[in-house]
Amino acid sequence: MFPSRIWRDSKHRYRLEAGKCTKCGKIVFPYRLICPECGHREFEKVILPDTGKLMTYSVIRVAPSQFTDQAPYAVGIAELENGVKLLAQITDCDVEKIKVGMEIRIEFRRIQTDSHQGVLSYGYKFVPKWY
Amino acid sequence: MVGIVGYGAHMPRHRIKVEEIAKVWGADAPSYKKGLMLREKSVPPPDMDTITLSVEAAKNALKRAGNIDPADIGAIYIGSESHPYAVKPSGTVVAEALGATPDIHCADYEFACKAGSEAMFVCLGLVKSGYIKYGLAIGGDTSQGAPSDALEYSAAAGAAAFIMGTDNLIAEIQETHSFMTDTPDFWRREHEFYPQHAGRFTGEPAYFRTTMGAADAILKKSGMKPRDFAYAVFHQPNGKFPMRVGKMLGFTKEQIEPGWLSPTLGNTYSGASPMGLTSTLDIAKPGDMILMVSYGSGAGSDAFIWKVTDRIDEVRDKAVRTRKLLDENLTYVDYGTYAKFRHKILKNE
Repeated sequence: MFPSRIWRDSKHRYRLEAGKCTKCGKIVFPYRLICPECGHREFEKVILPDTGKLMTYSVIRVAPSQFTDQAPYAVGIAELENGVKLLAQITDCDVEKIKVGMEIRIEFRRIQTDSHQGVLSYGYKFVPKWY
Repeated sequence: MVGIVGYGAHMPRHRIKVEEIAKVWGADAPSYKKGLMLREKSVPPPDMDTITLSVEAAKNALKRAGNIDPADIGAIYIGSESHPYAVKPSGTVVAEALGATPDIHCADYEFACKAGSEAMFVCLGLVKSGYIKYGLAIGGDTSQGAPSDALEYSAAAGAAAFIMGTDNLIAEIQETHSFMTDTPDFWRREHEFYPQHAGRFTGEPAYFRTTMGAADAILKKSGMKPRDFAYAVFHQPNGKFPMRVGKMLGFTKEQIEPGWLSPTLGNTYSGASPMGLTSTLDIAKPGDMILMVSYGSGAGSDAFIWKVTDRIDEVRDKAVRTRKLLDENLTYVDYGTYAKFRHKILKNE
């Protein structure tokens, strides 16, 4: 991943920063310039909650080259406590034990490494909520 | 008064048992377990490193700190011997993830296992001087031990974070003392993957002389005796050393046990005594006095005397307790998985 993209995405990837339309209240993540609901152009900054429920998931057994060491792994969509739906990798779990409806927590993890020399990419992943 | 406003810890859920490592190298597990007083250690998965552990520990510290604005954190210092980058501070990523940028001072510290307490010491000083409102000090590591080396049985992962400030304190700093000499008991040269150590020299004179030096001096400065403390936390490279040094100083097992994590956590290096302090604060009562003495090879110790305030009862359960992370929801891995997780297997790029 290019360092410039990591830098551009850091607000939402690092700290779940979203935009809430000041007219209709729709929350957009990542941040947008124009509200897809009402076309308004002003947003207030909101931080997404870090817990939710898994709505659906898929297990990746044949992974892209940068993720082959992690296969099999799962990616899923979770509905957070404020209704926002988010896609992320599910980590720290046995893929055979993942269930739709299970509670998840968002943790800050390493997303990918660009060889031994490249920049490190960080962001959010889901982990099963257990406390 | 200056002290801790918020604290938190984080660690991996994966563990490997001493028997699993000993089996691979034909070593005698019972003698390692007895010699090190250590049964298992934490293992970081590939997507966890010092930066990610630091972020999660710091989030827990922020939860306990209450309604402080991360933008009011004026300094972030992360002590570690396993910073993911050789050049580029871990603190840049951590501060960004917390929302503490851009008006903040940042540096990564390194002093073997006491880099975390260095960060704590400097943050206390900057807050006390009035240069910053809050300082975030983190000690964390994903430490490496060479395959089959004695260190492989203990080198583990974890982090602890402390927000230092002047208001709404959880624990007030009463006294500090640092003790440091040139004692080459453990080192890692540039570009080397695994550290080297000087065998039994790492115990005496390194660990024991240095830890005792700092502890004796701070007790003398404060006019306090071991019986004046509710708890004591020492650096824990294994299970045996902190218990032994505590007893040499006159502390009881009961004073040391709440912060004695190494028998099932391993040595989290820069995170070790700071994590022990988080675990001790988790059960401490208002008015309790806590002695904490770190140790970093090379060699030095930072000693702190903390006085717990009434606010502890209000905040301790605002974030997960350290013992809960240590004892629950564990996944045990075999040596092959551990070797893969810790990048001990060389692959073609």
